Amino acid sequence: MNSLMEVCCDKCTHTPTTPCDKYIACRTEGPLCHDDASCKEKVQTRLKQVVIAPESGLKQVLICAGSGCISSGSRKVDAALEAELAKQGLADKVKITVTGCHGFCEQGPIFIVEPEGTFYCRVQPEDVPELVEKALGKGELVDRLLYKEPITGEKVRHYQDIPFYKKQQRNVLRNCGHIDPENMEEYIARDGYKGFVKALTMSPLEVIEDVKKSGLRGRGGAGFSTGQKWEFASKSPGDEKYVVCNADEGDPGAFMDRSVLEGDPHAVIEGMLVAGYAIGANNGVIYVRAEYPLAIKRLKVAIDQASACGVLGDNVLNSGFDFHLKIKAGAGAFVCGEETALMASVEGKRGMPRVRPPFPAVKGLWDKPTNINNVETYANVPAILRRGSEWYAGLGTERSKGTKVFALTGKVNNTGLAEVPMGVTLREIIFDIGGGIQNGKEFKAVQIGGPSGGCLPKEMLDLPVDYDSLIKVGAMVGSGGLVTMDETTCMVDIARFFLNFTQKESCGKCTPCREGTKRMLEILTRITKGQGKAGDIETLERLAKNIQATSLCGLGQTAPNPILTTLKYFRHEYEAHINEKRCPAGACSALLTYRIDSEKCVGCGACAKACPVNCISGELKKPYRIDASQCIKCGTCMDKCKFGAVIKG
Amino acid sequence: MEFITLNIDGKEVQAPKGATVLEACRYNDIIIPTLCHDPELSSPGGCRLCVVEIEGMRNLPPSCVTTAGQGMVVRTNTATVREARKTVLELMVANHPLDCMVCQKMGDCSLAAYAYEYEVANQPFEGEKAQHPIDDSNHFIVRDMNKCILCGKCVRACEEIQGRSVIDFAYRGFNTEVSPALLPLGESDCVFCGSCVAVCPVGALTEKNMIGKGRPWEIRKVKTTCNFCGVGCNYDLNVKDGKVIGVTGNETSVVNGRHLCIKGRFGTDFIHSDRRITTPLIKRDGVFVEATWDEALNLVAEKLTAIKEKYGPDSIAGLSSARCTNEENYLMQKFMRAVIGTNNVDHCART
Repeated sequence: MNSLMEVCCDKCTHTPTTPCDKYIACRTEGPLCHDDASCKEKVQTRLKQVVIAPESGLKQVLICAGSGCISSGSRKVDAALEAELAKQGLADKVKITVTGCHGFCEQGPIFIVEPEGTFYCRVQPEDVPELVEKALGKGELVDRLLYKEPITGEKVRHYQDIPFYKKQQRNVLRNCGHIDPENMEEYIARDGYKGFVKALTMSPLEVIEDVKKSGLRGRGGAGFSTGQKWEFASKSPGDEKYVVCNADEGDPGAFMDRSVLEGDPHAVIEGMLVAGYAIGANNGVIYVRAEYPLAIKRLKVAIDQASACGVLGDNVLNSGFDFHLKIKAGAGAFVCGEETALMASVEGKRGMPRVRPPFPAVKGLWDKPTNINNVETYANVPAILRRGSEWYAGLGTERSKGTKVFALTGKVNNTGLAEVPMGVTLREIIFDIGGGIQNGKEFKAVQIGGPSGGCLPKEMLDLPVDYDSLIKVGAMVGSGGLVTMDETTCMVDIARFFLNFTQKESCGKCTPCREGTKRMLEILTRITKGQGKAGDIETLERLAKNIQATSLCGLGQTAPNPILTTLKYFRHEYEAHINEKRCPAGACSALLTYRIDSEKCVGCGACAKACPVNCISGELKKPYRIDASQCIKCGTCMDKCKFGAVIKG
Repeated sequence: MEFITLNIDGKEVQAPKGATVLEACRYNDIIIPTLCHDPELSSPGGCRLCVVEIEGMRNLPPSCVTTAGQGMVVRTNTATVREARKTVLELMVANHPLDCMVCQKMGDCSLAAYAYEYEVANQPFEGEKAQHPIDDSNHFIVRDMNKCILCGKCVRACEEIQGRSVIDFAYRGFNTEVSPALLPLGESDCVFCGSCVAVCPVGALTEKNMIGKGRPWEIRKVKTTCNFCGVGCNYDLNVKDGKVIGVTGNETSVVNGRHLCIKGRFGTDFIHSDRRITTPLIKRDGVFVEATWDEALNLVAEKLTAIKEKYGPDSIAGLSSARCTNEENYLMQKFMRAVIGTNNVDHCART
């Protein structure tokens, strides 16, 4: 048996056109329709090979081929590994599994040896011969490639002992980095599609009740109850309904949905199958942004594999339920992450949001009742069915259940994906998992929830991360982007950055968002250039209030959040820019002056040589001077000076 | 008709069931400003000028797309509502040329009227303004997208009324623009019906033939029937100083409402043309010379009689025009059958 997906013998009659309802269970426990010890053995032997059971005597190398690790060179590593295994005669003993994202992109390419779980990081092709010889051949450690804890400097061997992973609870990401996403067998071997099979034994209403009981809330931004959403679509009259997956992940710095699609696409398909069964939809669409070519490719492979074995298509697993799934690639508009714009785009129209109500559950895709959730929401569903809603409701806080994947980016040591139970504090995510701030700098703020979210200061670090706590302080869970900033980040500049993003991505339909974000952006740009005036803060506040209250969709309504939260928590920075023409973080180049401390300057002339505009002059061995009127504030002199004599301020 | 009762601005009022809040207000003579709303077109709820406060609803919902409900409590004129509307207008004015003095739309511009009503300052925000080239690529419509407030009525009129979809929104953010696909209007699939011009609330779309010819307060509108075909559309001739300077739709027209075709809307320049033929012409020695009606009719009668006598009545055929009225067309066939004696009679619109 070369794959669990194969039939054990000719007694098995399962095909997509003659489906068997026990097909999924049969893959791992089979055969179930006949009693044959040799068939059973075939299945169990294969299963052990797939999950690399210790008694199989096999070793497995998990090489990350998520977008992050690919860009740091992982595809060269797996090519080198294959060649090296053949060279050293280990090809039969070691299974190479090219996986999706492990979430620890900072340390890529990641190379894990199973079953012992040794974690090697930043592996390059030239490291491969040594790894094959020692780690795979002799079972020794290759010390220099182990993960080094940044603060203690200690080497950590096991993946699960690394602080980045230790505090995480990986449900949605459980398969990411551990299975080959292009091989359905591996998903099946790890309980894949069992949640859907369980759903088929229940009535659609019971499934909805179960999802409601789990307390799952939408992971895309607004945090609406998923079960309730399904109930609306289910109760909505109509003979044709749709299930849509929003995979138009576009927040700057957010890549959790991409990782799930690249690392575990069947989990999303399974979630959509359950939703389709629950609301009575026979067709699904996954709307993926075109900037995710690998996710699209892996989804296509997964859909083809699921269709080939009758998990998608007509009369799925002989249940009488038909479900067909299509992929629609987006065309690069951020606003298409808004559900009504997304559906307009699927219909071939310009992606512009429309007024709700009617909500998609009543009038969605092609004007039919539609359920739309995002990738992470659907990926949560299989485990809820499989392990029960009580289990899921036991995770998280009272009103925010389950786990949430956050994308750690910015000035944090461990950038990557972290999945934690709802309700852990920002401090735990940023310092325990994220390993604190780079280069020992001071934490200043964290932007949570993407461009629509808010910037929270260090006083908020002990805030539990859940839907309601964040809304209260002016931020939101959003899709889960966490951009960490240190003392060198200017908060006015950060607000300007996010406004620049929302302004460019405004669809242009409603006046407050289209014109208002432009004016706010102009004011912020002026302030960062030292041209702020009295009254600017008040104008920003007035515009923000009215844009929030009158914009058509979530993009406009939340676009002022970065301004409002930075004004709330860092107002003094705005005031310093406007009144004193000073950037406290030293980030706004227009407000900086560079000068040379004559006490410290030894007169080596290195700064003058490096200055691209020749504005530094002086005599050797005497203090140099910077002509501020010519200085372009590039900071080269400061980088070159070995004596710390160049002062910025 | 079924009615609901709701409270608008502290008064219990009635409105037809299913009406929007805007319709409910208008039904009760409560004025709500609108720019993107048009009763004949779908409502995108985009301009956000018609926002109101509704108890139990978050933010300020736009009245044009919010269904009025039994017992709903609506406030249309609070300080919050007025400030929101004023901000919307300020944002529009901030990105609008302030050359109102020479704008063709002066005196008939909704943006100017609301800006005046809401006391919008002359330069509400400093900053960039749209810089689009003026599309003057055709004989009929001038498109100045710098004046466009992106209400999208032209887009919807083109798609929903005319079924042509020649223009749509293009680009994003501050660069959003209404545009034909890739080409200027003159090279697009536009048939120049002018429906877009008719719905434009500002000076972004104007009839080229009327530019510089008169101000709204100088123009007398004379409702008449279009004489280009037998459909019988009505429209208003725009008359200044006894001269027709152009045509605008008239929504009280039973046949066509505000809608017209290229000929009706733009084809009136012949009225005052100095090349217009004002007397019958008879060709003598190869040259047309002016003649009286008697001379001309006598000539035609003589020729027809001669042809009929020599070759028989079926050697003559009559072709009538769609520009004639039913009565004229009736007389034409009667003349051919009863006077000439032939059934050879046809009409240009007979297909």
